[in-house]
Amino acid sequence: MNAERELPLFEMPRGREVYTVSELTEDVRAALEGAFDAELAVMGEISNFKHHVSRHMYFSLKDEAALLRCVFFHPGNTNLRFTPDDGMAVIARGRLGVYPPQGTYQLYVSSLALRGEGELMAALERLKKKLAAEGLFDEERKRPLPRFPGRVGVVTSPSGAAFRDIKNVLARRWPGITVILRPTKVQGEGAAADIAQAIADFDEVRLADVLIVGRGGGSLEDLWAFNEEATVRAIAAARTPTVSAVGHEVDWTLADFAADVRAPTPSAAAELVVPVKEDVAAEVAEMRRAAFATAEGYLAVGREEVVALERSYGFRAVPRRVDERRQQVDENAGRASRAARTALQVFRSFYAEAARGFHALSPEATLARGYNIASRDGRAVKRAAHTNVGEDLTLHFADGRRAVTVTNDGEADRVAQES
Amino acid sequence: MPKKAKPTFEEDLARLTEIVNLLEDGPETLDEMLALYEEGVGVTRRLEKTLDEAETRVKSLSRDERGELNVDDWDDAS
Repeated sequence: MNAERELPLFEMPRGREVYTVSELTEDVRAALEGAFDAELAVMGEISNFKHHVSRHMYFSLKDEAALLRCVFFHPGNTNLRFTPDDGMAVIARGRLGVYPPQGTYQLYVSSLALRGEGELMAALERLKKKLAAEGLFDEERKRPLPRFPGRVGVVTSPSGAAFRDIKNVLARRWPGITVILRPTKVQGEGAAADIAQAIADFDEVRLADVLIVGRGGGSLEDLWAFNEEATVRAIAAARTPTVSAVGHEVDWTLADFAADVRAPTPSAAAELVVPVKEDVAAEVAEMRRAAFATAEGYLAVGREEVVALERSYGFRAVPRRVDERRQQVDENAGRASRAARTALQVFRSFYAEAARGFHALSPEATLARGYNIASRDGRAVKRAAHTNVGEDLTLHFADGRRAVTVTNDGEADRVAQES
Repeated sequence: MPKKAKPTFEEDLARLTEIVNLLEDGPETLDEMLALYEEGVGVTRRLEKTLDEAETRVKSLSRDERGELNVDDWDDAS
């Protein structure tokens, strides 16, 4: 009985109040949540995975000795790159909290990655923070893309679908464009260095107006070259405006943060880079139409003014005056020519008379009438006194001439005495 | 004397827009208008020449053994 008596009865704690469950749980929550970082990463194996109809995910992470309850709420869990399942080794990031209704502590998951990827993601996060701190991702660094690039540089694998898609979209949207491929590795050892060199090469020769750097879809490891420091720094340093085009819509890489523009896919990059030529041609045609219409409008107004002026009295008076003058000239010319003709006729008749008169006075006419002319040495001897006795003269008749000798006669004596 | 670089498609398009606006504002003189109009015709021709160009060229950029950069025609079959 003693033993029974010695069995301790429940003792009320002295000097201390009694907790309610809720009070205690609240204190536990405060202590627990205060003891850990706001976000922590836990690795383990998934077990007891349930994707609830509410689309929230409930599961546990466990290792050999322990188990941690986890909840991954919708819609945060929609960006998962894989479907979680029991047995997967993962890294979960999230906040540690207490769920009072069940008296459990659990991880409120914000992201979940396969363990291999998880390690990569952690490294990626560190690199992202470092490069962001250097300002490589700053919005102020972003340059606008040229609206009409003549030459598009492409840094990608020559054999992948990405290049084929880019080339086809470019050629379809802007026939006549020049596409320059700088073939590179896009995954595996040396890919990042190759990509970085390709970007630098384009810059060196200023060969492209815009660059597309990317590749088609793949696993996180496949896309890793676009998360490497060399690639990201080369994109940030590029003088040529650069579009990143890595994988699918859901894939984000550090290259996307460094590029001037991020395209969700390689095809989308090509669409961002060139407009549709027909649209631009229509724009140009419309502007030309507008310019021509305006100019032609002015010309038409000008033409009307000219026509109006042409019709004006002052303008028309000029040709009329000219016509009048022309008529006057014609009239005067007519009178002048008529006068000239008259004068000519008069002159001709005068001339005919004069010619007749002149002819009558000619020596031949005189001879014909029966007179003779005496001459010495071809000169007419007009006076008897100019002759000497015994000299020879030529006597001209109408039908010829005869040599004669001057003999002394009475007439000649008188002349000789007088002189 | 440095040769004036051929204007880019972008520059030509901007200039054509400017010309249209100037024409619509109404130039001071007929000469000015005709000069703008003529320039507009020239710019339009250049733009349309680019727009008519339909032969898409694909080239490749590579480094040879001496480290020189070369641009070659890209052969899809290769």
